[in-house]
Amino acid sequence: MTLAPFVILLLAAAVGYAINIQAARAIRSNGVRLHSLEGFHGLFSLLLVIVPVLTLVLLWLALEGGVINRLLMASLPDGVLDGLDSGAVQLIGAEIRSIAGGRIFGTPEDWKLEAADRLIAYRQTSAWLLVIVVVLVSAALVFFARGKVAAEFRARQGVERITLGLMVFCAVVAIFTTIGIVAALTFETIKFFQLVPVTEFLFGTNWEPQIPIREDQIAAEGAFGAVPVFLGTIVIATVALVVAVPVGLLSAIYLNEFAPHAFRKVVKPILEVLAGVPTVVYGFFAILVVAPAIRQFGQSIGLDVASNTALAAGGVMGIMLIPFISSFADDALSAVPQSLRDGALALGATRGEMMMNVVFPAAIPGIVGGVLLAVSRAIGETMIVVMAAGLIARMTINPLDSVTAVTVQIVTLLIGDTAFDNPKTLAAFALGMMLFLATLVINVFALRIVRKYREIYD
Amino acid sequence: MTDITPSDARPTSRGTATEAVRRSLARRNRKQLVLQGFGIAAIILAISMLLILLTSIISTGYHAFTQTHIQLEVYVDPEEIPAEGLPRGGFDDVLAAAMGAHFPAVDLTDRAATRELTSILSNGAQFILRDKVVADPSLIGQTVTLKVPVSDAYDQLNKGLVQRDTAEQFRRVDDAAIARFDRLDELGLISTPLNTALITNADSRFPELAGLKGALIGSFWALLTCFLISFPLGIGAAIYLEEFAPKNRFSDFIEININNLAAVPSVVFGLLALAVFIGWFGLPRSAPFVGGLTLALMTMPTIIIATRAALKSVPPSIREAALGVGASKHQVVFQHVLPLAMPGILTGTIIGLAQALGETAPLLLIGMNAFITSAPGSPFDSATALPTQIFIWADSPERGFVSRTSAAILVLLTFLIMMNALAIFLRNRFERKW
Amino acid sequence: MDDLRQHLQVAGDEEVKISARNCQVFYGDTHAIKDVDVDILDKTVTAFIGPSGCGKSTFLRCLNRMNDTIDVARVEGEILMDGENIYDKKVDPVQLRAKVGMVFQKPNPFPKSIYDNVSYGPKIHGLARNKAELDEIVERSLRRAALWDEVKDRLQTPGTGLSGGQQQRLCIARAVATEPEVLLMDEPASALDPIATAQIEELIDELKQNYSVVIVTHSMQQAARVSQKTAFFHLGNLVEYDDTGTIFTNPQDPRTESYITGRIG
Repeated sequence: MTLAPFVILLLAAAVGYAINIQAARAIRSNGVRLHSLEGFHGLFSLLLVIVPVLTLVLLWLALEGGVINRLLMASLPDGVLDGLDSGAVQLIGAEIRSIAGGRIFGTPEDWKLEAADRLIAYRQTSAWLLVIVVVLVSAALVFFARGKVAAEFRARQGVERITLGLMVFCAVVAIFTTIGIVAALTFETIKFFQLVPVTEFLFGTNWEPQIPIREDQIAAEGAFGAVPVFLGTIVIATVALVVAVPVGLLSAIYLNEFAPHAFRKVVKPILEVLAGVPTVVYGFFAILVVAPAIRQFGQSIGLDVASNTALAAGGVMGIMLIPFISSFADDALSAVPQSLRDGALALGATRGEMMMNVVFPAAIPGIVGGVLLAVSRAIGETMIVVMAAGLIARMTINPLDSVTAVTVQIVTLLIGDTAFDNPKTLAAFALGMMLFLATLVINVFALRIVRKYREIYD
Repeated sequence: MTDITPSDARPTSRGTATEAVRRSLARRNRKQLVLQGFGIAAIILAISMLLILLTSIISTGYHAFTQTHIQLEVYVDPEEIPAEGLPRGGFDDVLAAAMGAHFPAVDLTDRAATRELTSILSNGAQFILRDKVVADPSLIGQTVTLKVPVSDAYDQLNKGLVQRDTAEQFRRVDDAAIARFDRLDELGLISTPLNTALITNADSRFPELAGLKGALIGSFWALLTCFLISFPLGIGAAIYLEEFAPKNRFSDFIEININNLAAVPSVVFGLLALAVFIGWFGLPRSAPFVGGLTLALMTMPTIIIATRAALKSVPPSIREAALGVGASKHQVVFQHVLPLAMPGILTGTIIGLAQALGETAPLLLIGMNAFITSAPGSPFDSATALPTQIFIWADSPERGFVSRTSAAILVLLTFLIMMNALAIFLRNRFERKW
Repeated sequence: MDDLRQHLQVAGDEEVKISARNCQVFYGDTHAIKDVDVDILDKTVTAFIGPSGCGKSTFLRCLNRMNDTIDVARVEGEILMDGENIYDKKVDPVQLRAKVGMVFQKPNPFPKSIYDNVSYGPKIHGLARNKAELDEIVERSLRRAALWDEVKDRLQTPGTGLSGGQQQRLCIARAVATEPEVLLMDEPASALDPIATAQIEELIDELKQNYSVVIVTHSMQQAARVSQKTAFFHLGNLVEYDDTGTIFTNPQDPRTESYITGRIG
């Protein structure tokens, strides 16, 4: 049944295509010269049918669920929803849906069974309505397109206008995505700040979203002071950069200036492999190898090290970022013109001096751009920290302690139940908002620096 | 060498300057060597990390590619398993009896002793037997030869992952259990064949039964959705921006937007999917379709950027030639430029899809980490994906899941290597230098 | 070739700074410089002229081993400076380049301040014991490059902010700051306007009092104006080498004559 509208649509498009080509041929066989080739008349009809009808079908399918849900909830007998919060209402909706799907648990009330029957009826009505609408609209469009066929009709321009429109749509999807992100985060964040004061979130130093352990906690669900979470992200990102920046820069310098050609050709792709390893693999590597190694080393020098230290998570994240920084730095170093290198060498600089005193300083803007992008990656990186960092938020900057991170909290708060009005879930969106804003600022800034730098030496 | 000439007012004469340079050289060359040394050290560090990562994964993961099995002669007792009662029946009792045949000393009426004895068998053994009998009820009353996996602890023992010389209280199998297992081994009933269940089974709470079928199919659906959406959208957007877009603030805005989207953390895309696709549009949770939709939004910028680079590399002479014979701008782009750019576009797309295949965080947020023991039948069914399955297994406490996690990682990496190899092949085979 | 040698020996009352013997340069499979013998005198301006692609720049870059930076380039034969083969294994190109300064076709100041540009060479070679000495070297070099008066008030501003002619003089100042004995100039005025060119030429004339200057130029007028000796290169061969006056008024080789009179090039 879900496929029917699509099948009808494709059929209608094919029919329209064929009819228009026939019509155009007929005109030409009468000896009249066509403005556009027959194929374009056919394509015109095809596109004219597919584009609007497909949009219609997709919109219908996307909105159907919500509309039916409204109708269903409104049709429930008076009183059954009284006094329930929205979470419980959602639960009832879900139960009715699963009954309609044939999965009955326990013995539901009669009104739920009736509602389930109504739900099935609504769905069928909607499906039939959709089929009827698709048939009517497609037929009308085929007819309209056929009416357009004439010797002087500019079918090619018509087709090209439609394709151009489609391409603009494709480009605009990127904007829609951004709007979607901003809208989703904003709505949920505003809801969150209605439950928890902004100042508490931004400046509070106590983060206990799960367990209400004391009476005096703000919002009965827990405490939402995000400072220790932010601090944890900063600590882990710092560890990552302390590993990645020197290693990345030094290897870029070596590869760019000193490495024999063959060595460079082999090593560069190997380093790229590090960038291609999925982060979940790094996460597992952290808990399988790195964390135990750090712990063991700590014990051997008499330190008591937690099993999920910022050092392990940050260190592994640093390994992931090495190729990122080294390839950015390599590009930046390569962009420094040969004339500057020649200038330094001709003065009698050694290659090392040329690199460190002339080429590297000249490449710093580009390198800074790359490092900033790496920073944004580090604070947005999720899987490594989810797997290797801790869950408890602590106010500490000791990398040997277990700390948590913004992304860890987002994931742990959202795994499991997702009622959209409890502060726990909403807190994840507020954290997501902070993460999005922070990375956005860094990215815009970094991309601008990188672009400016490229312009200097282009 | 002649030195200072009368006209020469330089305080540092030629000779002393040369001398100063000569004296400083050793120190300066040493500095350069130190710099080079640091560079090589950095590279060695990075590469050795990669090697450690790979060896640790391979050395733990290869264990999961075999699975210890035990062969049993099971008499399908009609009293325990009456035909009319199917699919219910005392399958575990029948199995216990089959085990008991090898250990006459064990009293099968003693429940504790029986449980200890059958602990060798995987929990799934009775279901394997049940499925077999349900499929062919004529087996009731006959003796069937059954080869079933042993449970995780014995699998570890057989693979030498449980050290027999550790003290008994620190071992997961006690001395009696080891003795029983060794006896079965002596009888030639224990074998360690290739672990096909890793690919043919879906997830399970028991490591010896857990497989990647659900995750593989889930990843396939998600990736297919991702491709079907991001490929046309990405190419359309790239062609518009590269070939048709007027140079104005709107185009600039789209461009900045795309560059920024490429750098938005993946977990934020997960939040978008959770709030918009699941919350507002009411799409099903845990569905590969929704996962694919989310991944498509993340992959699109990659495809757009790769496509634009490929279009840019087609030389203007081709465009001029086509325009010169009276082709319209659209015809030039779609009939000449786009086909020539296709290898580059495909290469970029495959690399984008490979990234999407390894992406985990957004899939976690839309619930693709659910515990699901059957493979999805359609893109709208609940499922896991390869990376989320790795995450689930990495989080599981059972020892057997460590090697299975590594094995799943190896499977994932194999796919990634194949995709990247394909991309490299395409690039080398079809890319032309203008 | 024989009479060329004789000629050189006759002219040998001045001191020979650099002499090349059987010098060959290969770029991969291309034989870029063939069998060049030349003696370059101290405190003299020597001009290399010839049509583009004739190898004059390539040969110039052999004299301070800048060709070393190109992987496929290979130099054979001998180039002696003060009697020592600069391609000898024990010669460090770094030390050589401190002794043989070079100015490039396009001004290439470092993206640093004017002061840092000039002081860079002395700093890395350790020619100054303290800041005062360094200041002195910078001032002297800038004066020698006839740039001091124009920049003395803004030594800390970026060298890239100067005009093209000033940038080129800054590069000359930078080169002389390391107290070289030879100055190589690869078409130093070709990217400059006529006024800046005139200033550079004037400067070259003064520099010859202290240095052996070798200048590659595609402008015969420039060669005639600034040089005392001229070498004419054609297709990788050194065709003729003589006093500038002789080359321009009475060339021995028909190829030189055709080039001078504008028939090849």
